[in-house]
Amino acid sequence: MSQLFKNAGKLTRFQLRQDRFRIPVWLISLSAVTFVTAISFVDLYQNDAERQAIAETMRNPAMTAMVGQGYGLDNYTAGAMMSHQMLLFTAIIVAIMSILLVTRHTRADEEDGRTEIIRSLPSGRLSNLTSTILLVSFTNVLLALIIGFGNYALGIESMDLEGSMLYGAALGATGIFFMALTAVFAQVSESSRGTIGLSFAVLGLAYLIRAIGDVGNETLSWFSPLGWALGAEVYVNNYWWPMLVMLGFSILLCLLAFYLNAMRDLGSGLLPSRPGRTHASLFLRSPFGLALRIQRTAIIAWAAGMFVIGVSYGSILGDLESFMEEIEIMEQMVNPVEGYSLTEQFITMLMAIMSMISTIPVMMIILKLKGEENKNRTEHVYSHAVSRSRVLGSYLILSVAVSFIMQFLAIFGLWAAGSAVMDEGISFAVMFNAGMVYLPAIFVLIGAAVCFVGVIPKLSGLTWLYLIYSFMVVYLGDLLQFPEWMNNLSPFGHIPQIPVEEVDFIHVTILIGIAIGLTVAGFIGYNRRDITG
Amino acid sequence: MNVLRATNLTKQFGKFTALDGVDLEVNKGEVFGFIGPNGAGKSTTIRILLGILNATEGRAEIFGKDVWGDAVEIHKRVAYVPGDINLWPNLTGGEVIDFFLNLRGSGNRNRREELISRFNLDPAKKCRTYSKGNRQKVALIAAFSSDADLYILDEPTSGLDPLMESIFQECVIQAKNEGKSVLLSSHILSEVEKLCDRVGIIREGKMIETGTLKELRHLTRTNFVVETKEPIVSLNELKGVHGIQKADQAVSFQVDTEELDNVLKFITSYGIIRLESAPPTLEDLFMRHYEGTSRTLESGAGGAL
Ligand SMILES: Nc1ncnc2c1ncn2[C@@H]1O[C@H](COP(=O)(O)OP(=O)(O)OP(=O)(O)O)[C@@H](O)[C@H]1O
Ligand SMILES: [Mg+2]
Repeated sequence: MSQLFKNAGKLTRFQLRQDRFRIPVWLISLSAVTFVTAISFVDLYQNDAERQAIAETMRNPAMTAMVGQGYGLDNYTAGAMMSHQMLLFTAIIVAIMSILLVTRHTRADEEDGRTEIIRSLPSGRLSNLTSTILLVSFTNVLLALIIGFGNYALGIESMDLEGSMLYGAALGATGIFFMALTAVFAQVSESSRGTIGLSFAVLGLAYLIRAIGDVGNETLSWFSPLGWALGAEVYVNNYWWPMLVMLGFSILLCLLAFYLNAMRDLGSGLLPSRPGRTHASLFLRSPFGLALRIQRTAIIAWAAGMFVIGVSYGSILGDLESFMEEIEIMEQMVNPVEGYSLTEQFITMLMAIMSMISTIPVMMIILKLKGEENKNRTEHVYSHAVSRSRVLGSYLILSVAVSFIMQFLAIFGLWAAGSAVMDEGISFAVMFNAGMVYLPAIFVLIGAAVCFVGVIPKLSGLTWLYLIYSFMVVYLGDLLQFPEWMNNLSPFGHIPQIPVEEVDFIHVTILIGIAIGLTVAGFIGYNRRDITG
Repeated sequence: MNVLRATNLTKQFGKFTALDGVDLEVNKGEVFGFIGPNGAGKSTTIRILLGILNATEGRAEIFGKDVWGDAVEIHKRVAYVPGDINLWPNLTGGEVIDFFLNLRGSGNRNRREELISRFNLDPAKKCRTYSKGNRQKVALIAAFSSDADLYILDEPTSGLDPLMESIFQECVIQAKNEGKSVLLSSHILSEVEKLCDRVGIIREGKMIETGTLKELRHLTRTNFVVETKEPIVSLNELKGVHGIQKADQAVSFQVDTEELDNVLKFITSYGIIRLESAPPTLEDLFMRHYEGTSRTLESGAGGAL
């Protein structure tokens, strides 16, 4: 038996060596964001009256859907604000960290044949999975301790030691849960892309289930691991038992992963591979066809995902509407724009967020070209009579088309579910305009991706950073009262918020101009630079 | 004494049968060549021997231990080099070699340095920047600087230049002289011919031939080029003569080993001016086995031309 785990410890150290920069960067960024936010909450809201005022604006289903239940709204201390406004957001990033780390050391290593070499050495059959679980658990525990003690060390009155440790623990437990989940998917799926895809899908579902549950049906929230993290009611009631639930489930998932790993053949998933076509379909006869074919599954999965996101948000519009009718005074307080309902304002916020989520698959399409180059597969295409502009152009057209499809599906889902639950539905045309007006911002990010791939492919990961930045500005900007210029750095900050604002053609035209400029620069660079493979 | 013995190995991937009753034996101090066309099942067999894949049926033992159950114990004395190597992009070649030696728990420092300089590898470079041949060198250096008793090599030289290839061959011969055993799968038949004591040919998941090169040659045909005073008539009607080709005065053909005597007696009667004969190369053998089987299936055995 012990043979199965032989040398797992050595493997862990070896993985730690591979991640000697990666893990510290995650830990430092996560804890820095947490500490900075806590400090700025104290600065922003100096006294009880200010804090209670902000608590009132948080008391609506739209906010609840976004950030989770506000447990301490009656006594909205800095600690309560942290656990209400920051915990969920940070937990999602921690989950992403775990998903990426686990995939990297399991399925990705296996896919590239590295696990095979390890297995030919005196290492146990389950050692690689064990060492990955040790590594990622260790990372999450470390994160929990750093954030726990760090939060306490900030010396903020409402953030006591127990609450701070629980805050860290909630993050660490979420990370460990998604680590265990990804470990299972790494056995089920045949590729690292598939592993990441399945794990992110569950993370997204966990968020949506919690959103719907928090707004309408509290029991539903307990079906989401993110709901457990928030259920700790950190800094308010400090419940520890949800952590135990999460760890319990994590252990079960790890055992399942071990079982599946022991059962299956190295290199394969759980399902045996099926024979596919013997001839290429008519479609697969051009660079565009190839670009579409290799990303087909991902695009379909994202399309379904965008629709689900739209429907989920749409389903809470009804609650929002009735909430608004109940508390008319409140409505006037948070509704400075005359003539528009809270629901309509909420929709502008939703559109911004959904557009940024749509941007993820859209950008993945452009960056795939670089991924293909890294794996030495573009050279097969270029050894034929195919120009570089044609290849890059194929990816560009595909990504522009997909941006439209993703937006459409999200809008359609939102509208369909919204009309079903609202007494006075919002017309499709209004929703359509409110969503599609974000396309120019998405185009700017496409342009940035093309520009990076064409000019400095090494740094193309920065496009993700730009998207994350945009997301933070929109998501946290209002809460933390970021200065205006930070908002202006993001293309999403320049989009007119229909239906509340007028369509602003000048800004939209400028954005499209920037997108075209970046794209042209990318094409010029791509035609000039060396293709590495 | 055999170091490795596999009997009736069968491996099924879903409905597809990759291996169908493979028997294999490697003796101590022997270099065993494992050849066969693409997709024949060489790598699959090797992965089973390494306890990485679990055989659907059959048994395999290395050093008398079960390859699946005692994999960890066995691997302390086994070194493996795959043909297609991906390494950890952000570690250096030197780091990877040390890690491998460290996991195995044995290994020879001096030998590591010596091999690095013989293979002319820069161990300070990140694996990301290595060429295919250089990645292979990393695995070869790690393998040959360990104190293994059995080397399992799956197309280890597919990316090496001729100079490195000859250094690789020296390493194999040295290992053999130290009484170690080698299982070498390769498509470079000249390499197999030069290094291997015994050869096994696998095709569509079945071992179709095993033996020393001499034994295998016996099963096949010898090449002849003959020039005679009078033209040989009805050569094509003789039993065991194949591939007749006329070139100027001479005629070239192949003869089945068992018919050599008859055929030679027959052609001497035409007055021999020149006679060249060559033993079949491994390549001839190999070609004959690949094509041979599918052709025999169609046209029945032994048809001349
Ligand atoms: N995981 C798998 N699922 C399905 N079929 C597989 C799997 N692995 C191998 N095969 C099939 O098993 C057969 C044997 O493959 P194997 O890799 O052993 O061939 P090989 O003799 O090493 O070929 P080569 O000379 O090209 O390296 C092939 O037909 C291959 O397609
Ligand atoms: Mg092979």
